[in-house]
Amino acid sequence: MTRLKRICINLSLVALLVLPAQASADDDLVIDIIGGIEGATPIAVVPFQRADGVEPETEIAPIITANLVRTGRFDILPEDDLVDTPGRLEDVRFSTWRAQGVDHLVVGGIDDAGDGRYEIRFELLDAFQGQRTDGRRYRTEERHLRTLAHNISDRIYEAITDREGTFTKQIAYVAVEQREDGDGRRHRLVVADSDGHRPQTILTSDEPLLSPAWSPSRDRLAYVSFEGRRSEIFIQDIRTGERDRVASFRGINSAPAWSPDGEQLAVTLSRDGAANIYLIDVASGDVRPVTDHWAIDTEATWSPDGEWLYFTSDRGGRPQIYRTTPDGSETERVTYEGPYNARPSISPDGERMAMVHQHDGQYYIALQDLETEAVQIISDGPADESPSFAPNGDLVIYTAGGTEGQRLATASIIGGAVAPLDSTEQPNTRVREPAW
Amino acid sequence: MIARSHQDPLRPLRTLGLAASLALLVGCAHWIEDPDAAPDEAAEDTEIETEDFDPTETEALDDPEDAEEERLERARAEGLDPDDPLDAAVLDEPDSPLATRRVHFAFDSSDIRDDDIPILEAHAEFLREHPDERMTIEGHTDERGSREYNLALGERRAEAVERLLRANGARSDQLEVVSYGEEDPLVDESNEDAWAENRRAELLYD
Repeated sequence: MTRLKRICINLSLVALLVLPAQASADDDLVIDIIGGIEGATPIAVVPFQRADGVEPETEIAPIITANLVRTGRFDILPEDDLVDTPGRLEDVRFSTWRAQGVDHLVVGGIDDAGDGRYEIRFELLDAFQGQRTDGRRYRTEERHLRTLAHNISDRIYEAITDREGTFTKQIAYVAVEQREDGDGRRHRLVVADSDGHRPQTILTSDEPLLSPAWSPSRDRLAYVSFEGRRSEIFIQDIRTGERDRVASFRGINSAPAWSPDGEQLAVTLSRDGAANIYLIDVASGDVRPVTDHWAIDTEATWSPDGEWLYFTSDRGGRPQIYRTTPDGSETERVTYEGPYNARPSISPDGERMAMVHQHDGQYYIALQDLETEAVQIISDGPADESPSFAPNGDLVIYTAGGTEGQRLATASIIGGAVAPLDSTEQPNTRVREPAW
Repeated sequence: MIARSHQDPLRPLRTLGLAASLALLVGCAHWIEDPDAAPDEAAEDTEIETEDFDPTETEALDDPEDAEEERLERARAEGLDPDDPLDAAVLDEPDSPLATRRVHFAFDSSDIRDDDIPILEAHAEFLREHPDERMTIEGHTDERGSREYNLALGERRAEAVERLLRANGARSDQLEVVSYGEEDPLVDESNEDAWAENRRAELLYD
């Protein structure tokens, strides 16, 4: 991967240069992009102009920039190279931006709307046409400015790529840290913004938590908890916190995966002996076997059309990915490249599969084209795991593991951009098992 | 008489039932052999037989816990804590193979290593000789690879241990298998030594 280009933007530095009086909450925000960005759309995101005396804590432009950079589809003009900082269409000299090779320009402003509220305006401008592609005005409070920045990011992404934006969709993950009293570890199930900010812990346990999975309606999470000193599957309502224990059989109860219609959970149970895939009807709790094999069958995930369950099995000696129909009648092997492929995740368009892939003794996230079977490594290793597609399929979020612990990262399916997710968790906290 | 253990509240009832059944049987036999015997006589015989099968006596003769009780007395005589089951003393004997409560595995393997077989055989023998003892076998893996696969691999390791214990005389109802996969590492580091330590099964007496 010699042709890769490394760009490092220290946004906090830029923010301090532009707005020296502001103590930003994002002082530690560093975006480190590794990957080719050939064919990426050149764009400039100009810091939003602030009216006199308006000093919100949240900076909108850096959030938009971070979101766009992460997708690998944009070549962002570094803030140091901004020759001008216009706040509205009327103030833009398009020739200047064209000379810098910028196709699109994001400008905006923030003003006092009274009653502690702000008025925020953004415009997406086409540098070649010299026109406004999109523009909008919002009134909101400080606490909603991050959500608004994600909302604007979605609009920009949709306007330029003609693809669904998913920056407003939250992620879930598991955070693990040593307890303050030194007695064991604390595990937290967390829901956060897609950029890792504003984490909300929805469950804390001294025992392991793993495998959170969003329901298709995104109001519930299924996950595995060891609170009962063994693995059990729960479904928890995000808003009310209410939860149901849906699987607590003898042996393993794990790896929940929602069917596309949200009516069934594919799970791994070992109640009848070996670990096999089963379906649980969420409403009735009825359990039906899918696979029946002496080997380990686990980590089931659905194809978006609901016609296949992809899963990990070591029935061939080493873990590889197979697929079966939900009635278990038809099963075939899917992966052949490399000695270890596991934890499949299928893209929303059903064309690609992300998986944990072993290469030269290290573990990476790889994509397999489900038609051509071509395999491409998209992460940096050496101990990456738990890939999960963004709801629009343009990014894969995963656990980047190595000697520095575990944190979340995203890899773009085009351009190969890899970016660690900014996290407000403590540096020694292990952040893993993301679901988007 | 030796002090009675009341761990099984149903035992006196069951013994009484056995005694009553036997008494009835004897009574019947008498009746078949001597159909002309006077009813009063038969009743008297039955009463005598009933006394012979006094529940207390029966329990004293049949109770397997008496051996346990005697060992406990010996423990008291040797100055060990009488409230602490003697089993604990046996288990804690540092030179005994029973002192080893952990066996290790090769990468992605659930094969019991040859060196660990005598250790597991000793635990199996202990469980066989102590029917009231219970053991939880925890299966663990190193951190490499996917977590859910490792959860299943940890169970496979614990089950390999369970099978060997059962093959050597432990009862399945004495054994419980739990997998923690890679979620509870012994050594929280990322290197070959740590991984080797973490690929293990733990034998935990309840």
